[in-house]
Amino acid sequence: MSGVRLLVGTRKGAFVLTADGKREHWSVEGPHFGGWELYHLKGSPADPNRLYASQGTSWFGQLIQRSNDGGKTWEAVDNKFLYDGVAGTHQWYDGTPHPWEFKRVWHLEPSHADPDAVYAGVEDAAMFRTTDGGRSWHELPGLRNHGTGSKWQPGAGGLCLHTILIDPSNAQRIFIAISAAGAFRTDDGGTTWKPINQGLRSDHIPDKTAEVGHCVHRIALHRSRPNTLFMQKHWDVMRSDDGGESWREVSGNLPTDFGFPIDVHAHEPETIYVVPIKSDSEHYPPDGKLRVYRSRTGGDEWEPLTKGLPQSDCYVNVLRDAMSVDALDRCGVYFGTTGGQVYASADAGDTWEPIAEHLPAVLSVEAQTLP
Amino acid sequence: MSVRVELPAHLRTLARVGGEVTVDVSGTVTLGAVLDALERTYPVLRGTIRDHVTHKRRPFVRFFACEEDLSHEPPDLTLPDAIAAGREPFLVVGALAGG
Repeated sequence: MSGVRLLVGTRKGAFVLTADGKREHWSVEGPHFGGWELYHLKGSPADPNRLYASQGTSWFGQLIQRSNDGGKTWEAVDNKFLYDGVAGTHQWYDGTPHPWEFKRVWHLEPSHADPDAVYAGVEDAAMFRTTDGGRSWHELPGLRNHGTGSKWQPGAGGLCLHTILIDPSNAQRIFIAISAAGAFRTDDGGTTWKPINQGLRSDHIPDKTAEVGHCVHRIALHRSRPNTLFMQKHWDVMRSDDGGESWREVSGNLPTDFGFPIDVHAHEPETIYVVPIKSDSEHYPPDGKLRVYRSRTGGDEWEPLTKGLPQSDCYVNVLRDAMSVDALDRCGVYFGTTGGQVYASADAGDTWEPIAEHLPAVLSVEAQTLP
Repeated sequence: MSVRVELPAHLRTLARVGGEVTVDVSGTVTLGAVLDALERTYPVLRGTIRDHVTHKRRPFVRFFACEEDLSHEPPDLTLPDAIAAGREPFLVVGALAGG
């Protein structure tokens, strides 16, 4: 029988939650790497037992861990992330030039075809790749050097490359997002890049429609329509139907269009999910009610999903990499909170239940659908 | 010379060692030579104590020996005889910090 494995990264370790295809009973294993921050874990689509994890602390820096057995055992692989050539500068908070400095890996995106090939999105924003299962990492310098890199500026969370989407129909086309620079696309496997931010409007930058400078929180796509992208920006939920060449706002009737994650139903490319958060300085749900909002129309029209979620006195946040979907029928939807809860829905969001309630603050959730 | 090194708990876990470790240092037992030997013996520790390239100490890591704080000393500092002779351990310490 098929099943689901959730890879949960937290402030103090990683947890692996598993269930069979009914998704009624969950087992929780962990913490792995107790005491360390696990910004992200992800499995290879080509080999679900090959997992990669970004492990770090302020004390001892960045490590990358690899598992070949679905998370039962792990081995540390290479942790040397060196910018290619002369690193140069980006803008600092005060507008002065600031040297690029590696701080951490925010996101790991394995290739769809090769378990040994993985992209890493890092802070200060850059894209790295391994083709030997993490034994060595090399920067794809065309991103930082395409022309706007010197204008990028960190958001409050740092200058982080946090989202990597590989076009399922064309591995040469990759979309990435950086806070607070915006979204970018390559059509040649990462050699050359272009900003794709036309249509975004951000009130926190002097030129509200600038080519770069937008605080994109997350982008998502459905594998059957890789030209359609959905975006949760700092404020505004956006959509593009031309591979990011242009965007339009689809926030519609959301109670607030601030938030972090956005994801797409596994089988319905126009069904999308967000978690509205009150504001950029109030990182908790409006009215103390934790509500996922679902649109079945690709945006504009949204419905609150509340069954099984706390509807009073709830003041947690849901971070950008902390929502995921499985590929079962009906589609499972999962998210983790900064309060240490992981919620699961086995019916596409209609009802929810907590499947872990007292973890450290959740940084990331990735669902793997197992054969 | 066999030098005793005490690692913080997280690095012991990472290096898969239970307690104090011993590393072989040839020539003068300097601060840098001990760290070189440590990373040579336990490659997984590279980048966790000092920068891969510059070898600058990570900000929240401290080096103690014979009740002295050597964190700000240069890598060519010769360590006390008691460290070189193995009577005292060289301490790698995670700095006190919240969280």
